[in-house]
Amino acid sequence: MVEVKEIHKSFGDIKVLKGISTTFEKGKTNLIIGQSGSGKTVFLKCLLGLFTPEQGTISYDGKVYSELSADDKRELRAEMGMVFQGSALFDSMTIAENVMFPLRMFTKQSKSEMEDRVDFVLKRVNLADAHKKKPSEASGGMQKRVAIARAIVNNPKYLFCDEPNSGLDPKTAIVIDNLIQEITQEYNITTMINSHDMNSVMEIGQKIVFLKDGLKAWEGSNETIFKTDNETVTDFVYSSELMKKVRQMYLEEKQ
Amino acid sequence: MSYLHNIGAYFLMIKEMFRKPTKWSVMRGLIFKDIDDLVIGSLGIVAFISFFVGGVVTIQTALNISNPLIPKYLVGFATRQSVILEFAPTFISIIMAGKVGSFITSSIGTMRVTEQIDALEVMGINAINYLVFPKFIAMMLYPFVISIAMFLGIIGGMAACVYGGFSTLDDYITGVQMDFIPFHMTYAFIKTFVFAFLLATIPSFYGYYMKGGALEVGKASTTAFVWTSVMIILLNYVLTQMLLS
Repeated sequence: MVEVKEIHKSFGDIKVLKGISTTFEKGKTNLIIGQSGSGKTVFLKCLLGLFTPEQGTISYDGKVYSELSADDKRELRAEMGMVFQGSALFDSMTIAENVMFPLRMFTKQSKSEMEDRVDFVLKRVNLADAHKKKPSEASGGMQKRVAIARAIVNNPKYLFCDEPNSGLDPKTAIVIDNLIQEITQEYNITTMINSHDMNSVMEIGQKIVFLKDGLKAWEGSNETIFKTDNETVTDFVYSSELMKKVRQMYLEEKQ
Repeated sequence: MSYLHNIGAYFLMIKEMFRKPTKWSVMRGLIFKDIDDLVIGSLGIVAFISFFVGGVVTIQTALNISNPLIPKYLVGFATRQSVILEFAPTFISIIMAGKVGSFITSSIGTMRVTEQIDALEVMGINAINYLVFPKFIAMMLYPFVISIAMFLGIIGGMAACVYGGFSTLDDYITGVQMDFIPFHMTYAFIKTFVFAFLLATIPSFYGYYMKGGALEVGKASTTAFVWTSVMIILLNYVLTQMLLS
């Protein structure tokens, strides 16, 4: 479980996060949503330890990040997996080498053990035949799946995803969403996803935190987001006519 | 203020480069890759430039010796001194600041832009040690490149001298061997090690701490080249003053 208490983050005079508190539960897909510029990416980078908040605390299963020593922070980070918006695969390595990288860095496994684990996770993300390809030879969807495989190969406790669906077609986006949700439940990890994609919100948003202007404007789930009267949320989530109709139909069906 | 900030950040990067080392089994591969990219990959251009600049130094020296009382073997002597003391260690290092320096800055900068460095940091890896330390170790073989530059510069001078008809082969070799001071080699290699350190670290600094996109990668490469060259020239002066005067 990841617990966030009153975190503030500024860049110069610009206050990006203005006191956010929330909890991300284990075994659930937690979505952070909001408009561009609402502070989602900065929030995610604070959760990852890439940015240091000026105030507030972030604790991972009871360990307060800011109170840890540099070595303990590194150890904690080794328990995190991250899927970056642009996948962030290492260009100089093949897909198999990319996935094997965390194992080579943090485990004492033999080469054959590492290869077996890489085979397993690549099969898990439906990329059984892509071992020898370079990231530049893979499509956007494949790169995202490789990034997921790399993030989970070392059995992380926390999985972070920054816009995992950006640049993907709707069908591939659903595949990626389902994969993340399955992996979260299968390995009982705490998953935090930064997303713009309303499909993801409806499909896998077991917990949703809505940010606006650096503040938490609302939190709930994909069930409660249909019923909420919070105008800030409804203006954002149901901004298109199609989504308004979907919501209306859902509410009528429930009645 | 920004200069002071950059100087402080540079020295903190150097300190961080030696902390929390990457696993040796991984580091070994990175070092060999960087030796290939930075050292072996530079041999061709260094050999080409050294041979022809050695030739030009010889021709210029020969053409400027108009007094018949000055012995012809001085052409070989002047070429040796120019090549060993300045051309090979300093001039080649400026060229390497362009070739190796821009490669280092652009490769690390691209990793920054594409979030690959963030990925390393998220995994708990000391990204500075992972990226910069292998380049530093690889560049410790840089004196090997400079030795080849010295040898080929003198050979290029010999070819230009003999085939250009400026003096005989015997005169040239006599000049090359005349009044040789072994400490000049020590001086040249001390400079080379210092320049190797600058060549590995200054471009890494500009690549690692760059912000922005593809355009900024280009700007960072240019800035890295400028500052590496400035530091090479400055330290060349300081070391020459300290070691030779």
